[in-house]
Amino acid sequence: MRYAILLLAAPYSHQASHSALRFARALLARGHTLEGVFFYHEGVHNAARLAAPPQDEPHLVDGWAALGEAHGVPLQVCIAAALRRGLLDEREARRHGKQGASVEAPFELTGLGQLVDLGLRCDRLITFGP
Amino acid sequence: MHDETHHGDLLVILRHAPHGSSWLREGLDAALVAAAFERRVTLLFLGEGALALLEGQGVGPMGQKGTAPTLAMLEMYDIDRLLVEERALRDYGLDASMLLLPARPVGATEMAEELAAHSLVLNF
Repeated sequence: MRYAILLLAAPYSHQASHSALRFARALLARGHTLEGVFFYHEGVHNAARLAAPPQDEPHLVDGWAALGEAHGVPLQVCIAAALRRGLLDEREARRHGKQGASVEAPFELTGLGQLVDLGLRCDRLITFGP
Repeated sequence: MHDETHHGDLLVILRHAPHGSSWLREGLDAALVAAAFERRVTLLFLGEGALALLEGQGVGPMGQKGTAPTLAMLEMYDIDRLLVEERALRDYGLDASMLLLPARPVGATEMAEELAAHSLVLNF
């Protein structure tokens, strides 16, 4: 089955990000495909390049990045929700005159149109929220 | 105007009141974008989300942008299928004359049918 994930919760504040990542791994392990993960609302914080959790906790940002790279899963972050919350890639940082970027590949800033497209293209869009 | 047996591509469920959080605004943004991409969108104002439809709202006192102007734009985006939870209207003591837009009250059975009748459901 072709799945997609919509993640609306910030990492570490809620269980949702942990559950979403484990769900993503589980469905891939079962031979399903994951067409994309879309980060919206507070879920955009899952793309924070500078996240530095204690070593004895799962590193969610690195977890998503590893999953994206290993399985070629697009990790799409809503640009409007991200910019408001201080999540900028190099291009946006330059555009807004900010020093340093807080989002890097494999995460990509993109529009909400991608969420709708992803949701309608897949068999199942599963939402994880707080 | 869509007829009432016609169901859209996308059902956006709005469960939060204005101002207190960004849920309502970000949910509406998703609906507008989908409509701009020519998807048929239904909005369901559920629970506290029914308060979004109240007439006479301004911006939030702490600088929140407010959602009433966005709701006023729905028609321009061809989002004209608006549903509101019957029970929420009752719980908050509201009636249709107090609403900014003509949303149709729906009960539990009809809500279940709506959930089943759309290809994609986004819940905010």
